[in-house]
Amino acid sequence: MLLIACPWCGPRDEVEFRYGGQAHVAYPADPEAATDEEWAGYLFLRDNPKGSWAERWVHTAGCRRWFNAVRDTVTHEISETYPAGRAPSGHAAGGQPAPSQQPA
Amino acid sequence: MTDVLAVGGRRRLASGGQIDRSQPLRFEWDGESLYGFRGDTLASALLANGIDVVGHGIYTGRPRGIVAAGADEPNAFVQVLSGPAPEPMVQATRIELFDGLRAAPLAGIGRLTAADDRGRFDKRYVHTDVLVVGGGPAGLAAALAAAEMNARVMLVEDDHEVGGSLLGVVETIDGEPALDWVGAAADALERAPEVRVLTRTTALGLYDHGYAVLAERRTPHPDERGRGAVEGRLWHVRARQIVLATGAHERPIVFSGNDRPGVMLAGAAVAYATRFAVGPGERAVVFTTHDGGHEAAAALVSAGIEVTEVVDARAGDVVVATEGDPGLTGVTVARLDDDRRVHGPTREVACDLLAVTGGWSPVTQLWTHTRGTVRWSEDVGAFVPDRPNGPHHAAGAANGTFGVEEGLREGAATGARAAHLAGFGDGSARVMPSPAADRAATSKASGRLLWHVPPIDGDWSQHFVDLQRDAGLDEIIRAADAGLRSVEHVKRYTTIGTAVDQGKTSGLVSAAIAAFLTDQSVATSGLTTARPPYVPASVALLAGRDRGDLHDPTRLTSIHAQHVALGAVMEDAGQWKRPRYFPHPGESMDDAVLRECAAARTTVAVMDASTLGKIDVQGPDAGEFLDRIYTNRFSNLRVGACRYGVMCRTDGMVFDDGVTSRLSDDRFHMTTTTGNAAAVLDWLEEWLQTEWPHLRVRCTSVTEQWAVVAVVGPRSRDVLGMLAPDLDVTASAFPFMTWRDAVVAGIPARVFRISFSGELAYEINVGTSQGPAIWDAVLEAGRPYGITPYGLEAMHVLRAEKGYPIVGQETDGTVTPQDLGMDWIVSKAKPFLGSRSHRRSDTSRTDRRQLVGLLPLDPDALIPEGAQLVDNEDDAIPIPMVGYVTSSYRSAALGRTFALALVKGGRQRIGDVVHAPQEDRTIPATITSSVLFDPENTRRDGVPA
Repeated sequence: MLLIACPWCGPRDEVEFRYGGQAHVAYPADPEAATDEEWAGYLFLRDNPKGSWAERWVHTAGCRRWFNAVRDTVTHEISETYPAGRAPSGHAAGGQPAPSQQPA
Repeated sequence: MTDVLAVGGRRRLASGGQIDRSQPLRFEWDGESLYGFRGDTLASALLANGIDVVGHGIYTGRPRGIVAAGADEPNAFVQVLSGPAPEPMVQATRIELFDGLRAAPLAGIGRLTAADDRGRFDKRYVHTDVLVVGGGPAGLAAALAAAEMNARVMLVEDDHEVGGSLLGVVETIDGEPALDWVGAAADALERAPEVRVLTRTTALGLYDHGYAVLAERRTPHPDERGRGAVEGRLWHVRARQIVLATGAHERPIVFSGNDRPGVMLAGAAVAYATRFAVGPGERAVVFTTHDGGHEAAAALVSAGIEVTEVVDARAGDVVVATEGDPGLTGVTVARLDDDRRVHGPTREVACDLLAVTGGWSPVTQLWTHTRGTVRWSEDVGAFVPDRPNGPHHAAGAANGTFGVEEGLREGAATGARAAHLAGFGDGSARVMPSPAADRAATSKASGRLLWHVPPIDGDWSQHFVDLQRDAGLDEIIRAADAGLRSVEHVKRYTTIGTAVDQGKTSGLVSAAIAAFLTDQSVATSGLTTARPPYVPASVALLAGRDRGDLHDPTRLTSIHAQHVALGAVMEDAGQWKRPRYFPHPGESMDDAVLRECAAARTTVAVMDASTLGKIDVQGPDAGEFLDRIYTNRFSNLRVGACRYGVMCRTDGMVFDDGVTSRLSDDRFHMTTTTGNAAAVLDWLEEWLQTEWPHLRVRCTSVTEQWAVVAVVGPRSRDVLGMLAPDLDVTASAFPFMTWRDAVVAGIPARVFRISFSGELAYEINVGTSQGPAIWDAVLEAGRPYGITPYGLEAMHVLRAEKGYPIVGQETDGTVTPQDLGMDWIVSKAKPFLGSRSHRRSDTSRTDRRQLVGLLPLDPDALIPEGAQLVDNEDDAIPIPMVGYVTSSYRSAALGRTFALALVKGGRQRIGDVVHAPQEDRTIPATITSSVLFDPENTRRDGVPA
């Protein structure tokens, strides 16, 4: 069971949290303007790296706040957690938007 | 039974052992009454009583005896008959003998009991700085060193006493007998304020970030048990650092007839002789590949057992066959050349015990549970821990470090280091125990790697690898011949290592033989993956107190007692208990539901709707927020009005629905489906926090703050009017889809005029504590009209007659509002979550499954819910499925059966006949509109009496 450091509550057992998938995948500013391909990219396509990436968690059974964590998908080591809306302090830790959502 | 020695069994040695000869214990084995001593295991007591055969091969039926002395035992799985519940598949080597124990052999498969397990188990959740797994010399030294640094330490030991490999040996530590050192170490740990020592406790699994799950068995001895003691306890431990001092398992050598009772691991034979004072045989032969075999022979001799020969593979001697029926009477020894070929001359050696040792394998299962890596060590002749994944350290034999002195030193150093990493001490151990250094450090390392001995007669059929699966080397040959090279494939093809013991004796042997047969190196072909639990754990232990009423929280509405008093048949709705129907005496469910529905359509009926999810949405931007959440608009909703809304996920599929009312400019009262209440709140909060933090909106669940009584039917206005004399209930003053604050039956209430049945209806909301009072008042006021309580079943029928979908019944995450025929509620003028998805090519298909009604041609035929629909049952197989039934009921209002279904292009197929093939017949039905009752909505303002 992971030990996850909620930015507001500190380290807690994984059972208190719910997983939210890849972080930093922004809801498109104007979905109606998105092409089918762009919209499908937002809906369905996520990175699946072996190694470090940024992902979302919510402290469901605690403060109920969403936040981000940089986790290694091989070792499960969590190198950083930080509030939603901020960038990870570390080096480019994955979690980049899928190519289809990157501004042209 | 005057002779204490006779009491302890005919094979009990005259002296020695860590058993208490003053405490004979009576036990029953397979119906026979026998005696052992306190300190025995069931296995040692059976051996002491001369019981050689403890089971039979599940396929071959060959007799099998005890092979090991610990968790690696592959044969002696027994059925425990005594205790609060019979327990299947327990290793006799891990059952502590106690007075009154009853057990029996079993043939490969345990028997579960149908009776309730009366055993009580509980759980503890603890934190510690250093967890030490294994109470042998390395583990004790590690725990002592960490405790020296004032770290909180937990030491867990599978056995009922600490000591590990020191139990029964004669060497000295710090100038004292080893057992005295063990005793002193245990005392020191006992005195240390921050140390907890758990014996009879096995680490089942290691998980991420220092998490471990331990299974503790309580002492079986009544004099050691407190009152009300549980049978066992599951420990969830979060440790900063974990030291694995789990020791090593001895490896067998595979040769013809190696499964005969009397063939035993050498270390086990020594343990029985020295720790339990049991002679597993009277004349022993030792078959070894390394020096340890000679040490074992010496230990057996000093315990009084005759050892006629040490067959040492390094000298080219090997055992090629065994004789005896059922127990061992002799072995055949031959020569093994450097090309692994056996040849004569052979010779027969009489013996009733063959002590075998093919080397020692560190117990790395826990290390690899979190995907710590292992590496092949040529020195050790086994895999040893390499890189940990987690705060894990291996010490002693578990690390491939054999010998007491080395184990103690490594244990102490590792304990100190672990404490340091946990924030205690400088990392160096202060006290280092010093055993007599007269024992060869590498005595347990393999001298010559020998996994198997070829048969002298060409017959490979009796080379057993996995005794519990009764699977032999010939299976591995077949796997290799079939082209399998991966150890994981070989494991599954042969079943070797898949039994309850999870290949503790067979895993590496099988992997090495498979590698040999496929010209690979075991160093690179590796081991199969070990997964928790390390030893079997009973479901009762895992469940703990989470059984019966405590299995899952039960949510009851404040009106629950009234429902029970009315004889309601209850139904689970998520964690809620809700009335399904209220049968009169002798009435069937169908009859009760028809009666309840008829009351709602003709006079008045009442239902407890308290479980409906309710969310208070507040803030200046609440209207804007709801516009984004719902497919339709809410920002223009008038204060005092209610509106039905549907919300979608971003993929455009229906997520939830409900009626939301505007309480003031900046406040809405949202209702959700019962089952989705928590998920909807999560959804709202997710969007507010992650995408729209600038919106000034707060959401609070108020589900449990309100009791809700739905009063439904043409006479509902009369009932409400009587109860709320100050409320103008006329249709013009209190129109459909509005709400009013009022005093109802003297209770402050908020009344919503909404309907889930198509009838005139009111939902009276009061504070939860007032639920019973308002229920009783409504029943009393409705008495003149024959008011009828109704349950979920009738509610479902009433809404289905109107074609109202239920999220989760008509929808399954692949259904859009348009599929449900709800285009009218999907705004074209504003974006909302999911709106873009409604323009995707897939959601725009015209052949999507759409919600329709079905009228079976036979008005009495009820199509089962979930039934698949086809156009023509005589079509060639596979017959194309055109849809399936989502709801199906008998209707009082329609006087017939009907169903709702999702049918491909269904709205274009009104009038077509589809077929629902059943096991014994096919039910044809006509496709209709999904709204089967009062399609013009003439009834919602009421009908004249």
